[in-house]
Amino acid sequence: MQTLFDLGVTVNGARYEHAVEPRTLLSDFLRHDLGLTGTHVGCEHGVCGACTVLLDGNPIRSCLIFAIQTHGHAITTVEGLGTIDNLHPIQEAFQEAHGLQCGFCTPGILTTVKSFLEQNPDPSEDEIREAISGNLCRCTGYQHIVDAVILAAEKMRT
Amino acid sequence: MKPAPFEYYAPTTVEEALSHLAEHGYDAKVLAGGQSLIPMMNFRLVQPSVLVDLNNIPELSYIRPDENGGLRLGAMTRHHQVEIDPLVAERAPLLHETMPKIAYSQIRSRGTFGGSVSHADPSAELVSLSVALNGRFRLRNQNGERWVPANEFFVGLFTTVLEPDELLVEAALPSMPARSGWSLMEVARRPHDFALVGAAAVVSLDENHLCQQAQMVFLSAGDVPMVAHKAVELLKGQAPTMEAIHAAAEVAASEDIDPSSDIHATAEFRRHLANVLSRRALEQAFKRAADNK
Repeated sequence: MQTLFDLGVTVNGARYEHAVEPRTLLSDFLRHDLGLTGTHVGCEHGVCGACTVLLDGNPIRSCLIFAIQTHGHAITTVEGLGTIDNLHPIQEAFQEAHGLQCGFCTPGILTTVKSFLEQNPDPSEDEIREAISGNLCRCTGYQHIVDAVILAAEKMRT
Repeated sequence: MKPAPFEYYAPTTVEEALSHLAEHGYDAKVLAGGQSLIPMMNFRLVQPSVLVDLNNIPELSYIRPDENGGLRLGAMTRHHQVEIDPLVAERAPLLHETMPKIAYSQIRSRGTFGGSVSHADPSAELVSLSVALNGRFRLRNQNGERWVPANEFFVGLFTTVLEPDELLVEAALPSMPARSGWSLMEVARRPHDFALVGAAAVVSLDENHLCQQAQMVFLSAGDVPMVAHKAVELLKGQAPTMEAIHAAAEVAASEDIDPSSDIHATAEFRRHLANVLSRRALEQAFKRAADNK
């Protein structure tokens, strides 16, 4: 057993204190220690984007950062966007525009899009494709995802 | 897979980081943005027994003007910061233009300037760009510091002149002279992925519109950033005509680079790309130089 470090981190607005091994990836900490299994783990080397979460509002790969490195910071996962009874406008848009099929890549895309639309509330289709270029989807061919982001941007502007 | 266990240090000053490096030597790895190191640790291609994390050292993160019209970048300045910084746009337009081409937003949130150049991946944009822009790096250890020009810093595949007790703390990029132009052209299977080949060109013209200075550096064309020594010699003192540019591109692609074949492309195809890309890069750079009075 390795030496444990005290980690204090805010996740989706709630404060957590946990003892972690330094080698624990943030993705595994979220899923295994906190039970927040909405963050999906695909490739574990930064290619697929499924594990994207927000660190102090900026999108990051949670498989490419150690949990201990988030000490004192704030994380937003897909669970922090909306609830089943009260979806985030981006989640509503993905539902209405069929922006997902199997759903594996969706949490990473939703968190990526949240940060993107905050910086660019009225993006062009090209800008949307650029913004989600770090997230792989093997089902949709991306067209409905792009449609969903356009719809989400409209919803969030009104 | 998951990383193997390691001892973890998170110093808050450069001094403290240097003392860890001095103590642990070759056993220690420096953790900057982690966007190359952590994937390698996840696959256990790298298993450092000690990790020195620089992410809690605020003094390493800055973008400052220097007195000669150039720029100073702290080693832990993140790609995203460089991408949006107005001073970078003004003083290092080639760097500004290149930043959005580097990987994806999620990687640029974490990746750092110093981490990228210290990793010395010959397919990384910042590695070749540092050479093309005549950059210099400040390396520190407990006994002092030294400045190393970018073109002497990279010595082999993923290998630099950094000693195990040294830390790259700062990059300096000189100002662009009047009548200068720049360009980076690359080809990748998917936008933002590692380029199959890239060519960075920086040129300047004299009062008579002849080529005064030229520098061209290729990425993914050898073990280190490949400088097109022979090609730029052909250009100096010449009018930058299409014929001159085509001749230089031909020489660059056939004599100045050393590409290898892999699953992504054959060496022959990389030479073909180098020829086309250096032509385009030189054309754009000379056009900008002519417009940039």
